[in-house]
This record gives sequence, structure tokens and C-alpha cells, in this order.
Amino acid sequence: MLHVSRLGMGGALIAVTFVGVNVAEAQVNLAGVWTATYGEDYPDRIPGPELGDYAGLPLNDANRLRAQSWSASILSLPHYQCRVHPADYANSFADIRIWEEIDTVTQELIAIHIQHFAWNTVRTIWMDGRPHPPELAEHTSMGFSTGEWEGRTLKVTTTHLKEGWLRRNGVARSDRAVVTEHFIRHGNHLTWTVYVQDPVYLEEPFFRSRDYVLSETDRIGAYPCESVVEVVLPADYFPHYLPGQNPFLHEFAEKHGIPFEAAMGGARTMYPEYRERLKELLPAKAAE
Amino acid sequence: MRSHATLFPMAALGAMLSVAALWAGDAVAQRDFGAVEIQTLEVRDNIYMLVGAGGNITVQVGDDGVLIVDTQFAPLSEKILEAIAKLSDRPLRYIVNTHHHGDHTGGNANLRLAGSTVSGGNMQGAIADAGVGAQILSHENVLFRLSSMTGEGALPSDGWPTSTYFDKEKRLYFNGEGIRIIHVPAAHTDGDSIVFFRRSDVIAAGDVFSTTSYPVIDLESGGSLQGIIDALDTIVDLIIPVYGQDGGTLVIPGHGRISNLGDVLDYRSMVLIVRDRLEHMIEQGMTLEQIKAAEPTKDYDPRYGAGPWTAERFIEAAYRSLTERE
Repeated sequence: MLHVSRLGMGGALIAVTFVGVNVAEAQVNLAGVWTATYGEDYPDRIPGPELGDYAGLPLNDANRLRAQSWSASILSLPHYQCRVHPADYANSFADIRIWEEIDTVTQELIAIHIQHFAWNTVRTIWMDGRPHPPELAEHTSMGFSTGEWEGRTLKVTTTHLKEGWLRRNGVARSDRAVVTEHFIRHGNHLTWTVYVQDPVYLEEPFFRSRDYVLSETDRIGAYPCESVVEVVLPADYFPHYLPGQNPFLHEFAEKHGIPFEAAMGGARTMYPEYRERLKELLPAKAAE
Repeated sequence: MRSHATLFPMAALGAMLSVAALWAGDAVAQRDFGAVEIQTLEVRDNIYMLVGAGGNITVQVGDDGVLIVDTQFAPLSEKILEAIAKLSDRPLRYIVNTHHHGDHTGGNANLRLAGSTVSGGNMQGAIADAGVGAQILSHENVLFRLSSMTGEGALPSDGWPTSTYFDKEKRLYFNGEGIRIIHVPAAHTDGDSIVFFRRSDVIAAGDVFSTTSYPVIDLESGGSLQGIIDALDTIVDLIIPVYGQDGGTLVIPGHGRISNLGDVLDYRSMVLIVRDRLEHMIEQGMTLEQIKAAEPTKDYDPRYGAGPWTAERFIEAAYRSLTERE
């Protein structure tokens, strides 16, 4: 602004421009390639969750039965081989690229885009104030997202998600969920939180956070996927376990010495108070 | 079936009544259609979905005129025509019925008479009213069921199909694209059609696919659980997604929201899983009451079991379909 005052009347227009830049700078620039850090929940994210591990997830009884019925053989079906991770799960294990879409005349931020390495899915977060589509509009894996700044934090609200999953071992997230995310930049670190409200399959909202580091050199690689017939199956076959017949359901609990009840999750398994319940369950398990 | 169809909005819904006392006559008769608004959703550049009360209406517009799939209830016809008029000033030429139920055919007569058919040659001279009204296309079983209804709830003959087919499919070319009207046998009823707009890449599925409820199986009208599964497979076979399960072919369900491959697959998997559970329980010698008590749809009830077509009704219909099949 000091420079502007020296320009006199001729600099008035430029001054307006400078003010505009300052407004824009109040919004944090999230653009760049961000490398995921895996210090949090590594076993769940990279090797992948174990079968029968729902501990700490606020899933309800209906979701528990869905998860218990889930068979990993689903991934061999051609229609499911290239099924992408939904927007609210895709940040679990993949690097991302973020870039801004700017109106080059007004310099207003129209949208922020995020590409995940996994399946190269691209999300659009609309920043121009547009409304969400009607309820009966198409739902997609990425959903429809709008963003707003809360100070230096980007808050994103996503609707119109197709059915997805909270964990890739069969724990479902319905198409009626609303997802609220926050992107918080601390220098070259980024924290991305996901808050899922699902009236169909959750007893309470589900929350998770992921962290990233800004990379100066990384690139997002291509991720082609082509479905093939791996096994010839009857036309109306769909892999799943009948209730009570999943042979892998106790594997996780047995391997880690966890009471089966705790491994089956539910909202109460999220809270410290559940330790008191574990004190009751663990001796019984030890006596088995 | 006819004995249930006592009041007009129930006319065709009455056809469902024995499978679903869900559409209780009083409830429908007392429904305030005046409060219903017709919502228009764009599906593709020339394809729209109209939502009001009853089944979704698909509207295709173009230089040749207007083609619609299903007509909802008669009291809504004026509003539906107003909604269509906002999309096109061309005449309504074709109505396609996906099946005979009144929430999909109730407006047939009103909408047909608001349209017109191109006629000429021998036809023009031989049949004076050849050009009056749009054509109504359907599988022949829709005509059989609608024309056999009598009494207060019967659909007037102006609302009956004017052109039917009895084999696998009927094809026409309209508004610059091929349209396949494909029969899916013994599914929701015995007269179901799905309509595939080839260039637009949109499927109007009728009630073999819904995003709001378990599949309604009208056993008394020739429906079956296996037919629903086969119909869903037919839809899946027509869909080519852009990637994974997203994009590409879009599906307008009989009820609910615009869908794509993933939605149909999710629905199909639900039906297959429930079928397998029921078959297993039947093999174990469980009675229907025992099966209901075992809650074989427990994991899907919060999603699909809330409406009038409850989980219990679905289980009962599916059970009967599985145990009474040849």
C-alpha cells in the first residue's frame, strides 16, 4: 500500500487490485502435490483392514450384518474390479494433487480440485456459492461438494454420494450420508479431517483424520484399470457369506487377543469408557 | 385385482393391491394431488425426469416431438403437461408404459388426448380419428390387464395402449435416436418394459428398479423374484460406465433418483443376497414366520424397508415367489 500512495491518482486502479490480492491471500492456497503420511492407522490403510475388524467404528446392527456378510471375492467380479474409492475414503492411502480453478478476469476462486492417486479420481469442490443439486439428482463416487472458508480452514460439505464404505472390509456407508471435511494447512503440512453422518448405517457420526506433507518433486502417476473376467461365474451369482457362516469373522479378534464383542464395533467402542467393559470381557476371554 | 381398484387414483394401483395392501384405497383417494408439484430434473440434453406422485416420468424431446415414459396419476396430468411444455413446444407423439399399475398409467388418457399421431395415406382416409391423440406403446400384457379392468376403478379406453408388442422388444427411431423398448418377463409384473434411449444413453427402468424400496413383486400380475433379478441383469448389460461404476449410461428408476451402474449393482447385490438367504432358510425347512423372525433383510431395512412396501411384505412376496415357482 505504501507503493500505491506514491503513485497518486494514476495508481488508484492498481490499489484496488492490490486489495483484491490481499483478500485472496486470506484464503489458504492448498495447491500442490501432497504426499500422504502413514503414521496414523497404517495397518488399516496400506496392508488393508483385517476381516472382522470393526473396532472403534460407530456402525449399527444393520451395518454389522452387512460387514459380516461381506466377501472379498467381490473384488474378482468384473464390475467391481475398477470400482473407485469413494470421496470420503479415498484420502486413506493415496497421494493427492490439489489445484485451483480461477476466473482469470476477476481472480475469484471458482473451484478447488483434488485428484487422488488411487484410480485417478478427481473431486471438484465448488467455491462459487452454487447450491447442491436436487435430492433426486445422480449420485456418484465423488459426490457433490461445496466449500467455504472458516478463517484459514477450508470446510467442505459433500452430498450425492453413492453407497460406499467406511473401511474396505465390508463396513458400509450409505448413499444418504452427508460428509463434512476440513482442510487445515500448517506450513507444509496438511491435515484433512472427514466427518461422516449416515442415518442408515451409523449409530453416531464417524470421524477420521489424515495428514500430508507438501512435496516439491512428487507427481501423481497414471492409474489405468481394465476389468477382466477372472472366473466364469453364474450370471446371478454374488459373493457373500450367509449369516453365521463367515469363517474369517473371528480371525482378527483371535489374532490380537481382543474380545469378539469389541472387534464387532459400535459407537461405545469409540470411547474411553469402553475400557471398563473390556475389563469384564478380557478375563472371560482369557479363560476360554 | 379389480376388486381392489375402487377409486380412480387407485385404478391401477389396485392392480398391486393383493401384493401390497400398501396402497390402501382410502390413503390414495384422500391424497391431496393439488399439493403435488412436478419437479423436472435434466438427465441428458434432451432427456428429463419428472417427479411428482407415482412413478417417475421420462421425457424425451426433439424436433420430432415429445415421447414420454409413464404418466403418473390422472389428477396430475395438467401439471405434467405444463412441465412438458416448458421443455418443448412440439406435440406429444408417444407414451410408453413400463407396466400397467396406476401410478404409471393413471394419466394415460389425459396425456394421450393432449397429443397427436402423424397419420396419412390409407390410414387417414379409413380412420377418421387416426391422428387424434398420441400413441401409447407397451407390452401386450399391459393392454390385457388394463382392458380387463371393470367398474369404477377401470382405466378409460382412451388410456389403453394403442400399439403393443408381444416378443422380446419393440424398436422405434424418434428425435434422432434409436429407442429400444425391451420386455423383461415376469419381473415386477408380466408386462414390464425397460426403455433404452441409445444415443442419449439413458434407460427408463420402470419398477424393476427403485432406489426407494425393496423390489415390489406383484405375484398376482405375474411378477417374480427371479424376473426382477433377470431384469436387473438386463439393465446392467446395457450400461457402459465411463470408469469403474460411474458415469456413462444413466438409469431413471421407477421410483427414486437418477442412477448409474453402481446404483443398479448395489441394488442387484441386495436382491441376490436376500434371495440366497431365503433359499437357504427354505432349504432348512423354515416356515415363512420363522424366516421373518430371523430378519433376513435386517442389514438393508434402514435403507429400503421404511416405505409402505415393508421388509415383511417383500420377504413374503419373495418367499412365495421362491416356493411357488415351477
